[in-house]
Amino acid sequence: MVENRPLITFLTHLVLVLGVLAIALPVWITFVASTHDQLRMNQAPLPLWPGDYFLANMKQTLFGSGLSGTETAPVWLMLLNSLAMALMISTGKIAISLLSAFAIVYFKFPFRMGFFWMIFITLMLPVEVRILPTFEVVANLGMLNSYWGLSIPLIASATATFMFRQVFLTVPDELLESARIDGAGPLRFFFDILLPLSRTNIAALFVILFIFGWNQYLWPLLITTDTSMTTIVMSIKQMLEAAEQSPQWNIIMTTALLAMIPPVFVVIAMQKLFVQGLTETDK
Amino acid sequence: MLKRVHFPTSALPYLLVAPQIAITLVFFIWPASQAMYQSFLIEDAFGLGTEFVWFENFEILWSDSHYLASFQRTAVFSLLVAGLSMGVALLLAGFAQRVVRGAMFYRTLLIWPYAVAPVLAGALWVFMFNPTLGIFPYFLEFAGITWNHYLNGTQAMALVILAAAWKQVAYNFLFYLAAMQSIPNSVIEAAAIDGAGPARRFWTIIFPLISPTTFFLLVINMVYAFFETFGIIHAVTQGGPGTSTTILVYKVFNDGFVGLDLGGSAAQSVVLMVLVIAMTVVQFRFVERKVAY
Repeated sequence: MVENRPLITFLTHLVLVLGVLAIALPVWITFVASTHDQLRMNQAPLPLWPGDYFLANMKQTLFGSGLSGTETAPVWLMLLNSLAMALMISTGKIAISLLSAFAIVYFKFPFRMGFFWMIFITLMLPVEVRILPTFEVVANLGMLNSYWGLSIPLIASATATFMFRQVFLTVPDELLESARIDGAGPLRFFFDILLPLSRTNIAALFVILFIFGWNQYLWPLLITTDTSMTTIVMSIKQMLEAAEQSPQWNIIMTTALLAMIPPVFVVIAMQKLFVQGLTETDK
Repeated sequence: MLKRVHFPTSALPYLLVAPQIAITLVFFIWPASQAMYQSFLIEDAFGLGTEFVWFENFEILWSDSHYLASFQRTAVFSLLVAGLSMGVALLLAGFAQRVVRGAMFYRTLLIWPYAVAPVLAGALWVFMFNPTLGIFPYFLEFAGITWNHYLNGTQAMALVILAAAWKQVAYNFLFYLAAMQSIPNSVIEAAAIDGAGPARRFWTIIFPLISPTTFFLLVINMVYAFFETFGIIHAVTQGGPGTSTTILVYKVFNDGFVGLDLGGSAAQSVVLMVLVIAMTVVQFRFVERKVAY
């Protein structure tokens, strides 16, 4: 700080605290809703202070029938589905991007740049703009209602490939020379030298991709019709629809809380990696 | 691009790129070319045959007042989302960078909404603004405003903008704070010695110096508002009431999956692809070069 003026310091903290509170308000209201019973949640004005039904709501949401009057999978299964999808997308993206970046940086082969541009194009085709034909491809391959269908169409990644390419380009050439003198082949060089060197980059990317995978919405919505394949994020929409008939806001908001806890926890617990991953992939 | 020292040519590099290329071909390039092909076809009313019509779908699109209105709506929506979330983020980052101890503490408390899925953000806001039960309509009633986003198109639009901007503040804040912290302290101290107060220093030194970040964030936020807000719209308004919140991405989905107008939906997809390509090119060309001070 340049000058020491108590009034400005006070104003600074005031604005920041107000900002933090305003940003947290929607989640606070969600949390409060998950701590009251259904009766209280149907009387206006809604409470702004927590009640004592949190554990009961959690239990009913996780292991009970969920919303009465709807045919949905139990919420613990949705959480597992989301976890499986997020892990498959993030590890899949990292694995295939590492391999293709390695090939593009360390080998000279015909069509190398052609492959590079083909990967680059994926950056320009978000799933939202090609939903119908991609859905048809997945349907024809018989991958509807499966973990493969949920994850594989999303794991091609130009950003991850670019990031690893950037990382590999900073690895000194001497490492490769000495490895080759010691008789290491390409795969051995990859596993024993490149992978350990890019460990933190992989971890940072994993944090970002886990959140990306967990938060997928449109794609799971299209390709899962079987309730046992529902992910937690897409179930919120079905519950909101059901709320028009039977407003069980305590259960809906408990589910919403459960859906946002894992990715938010990842951001807060691994903040350093998260920030690194975000700034590396988007630049 | 390529290492000076590299491995001899063999079949191995092809095997290494094979998974990525296979997925790209099957799930990206093939569907995108299908969308392009379908945008040249019109299916008859009974779905029995299709006719190759060249650009007729696009001509229909450009003369369709609903589509043009949706285009305009998307522009307004994305500019307001970008403006609101970047403005709030700039304000908070401007104050946070003044804090000597505790800047990281505030950062932790401000960046977590990044991890909330758009559809969840929509669910939280639709709950707060529920016309019969929500907290905000209850207080707005005292101010003489009757809130019902199921009936009032402007209110519905305001709600999706708020939800979309809320989620994006975290991302913008992170980048603004990083940009401000990378400004050398000596520049700011020199201005202070010359007698510039905090507000003046912000507008004449900090703000111009972070203009590359502002431009970068503007592009990123536009892309976000165009494509990633689908979940928010789907959860909060489903494009309604009427079509007052039907932005382009929602219209592609609605016309294709609900209305089953394959040719029209494909033509809209192609238009969106052109938009993404334009935005990506802008991002790469201008952001890489940095904005001149």
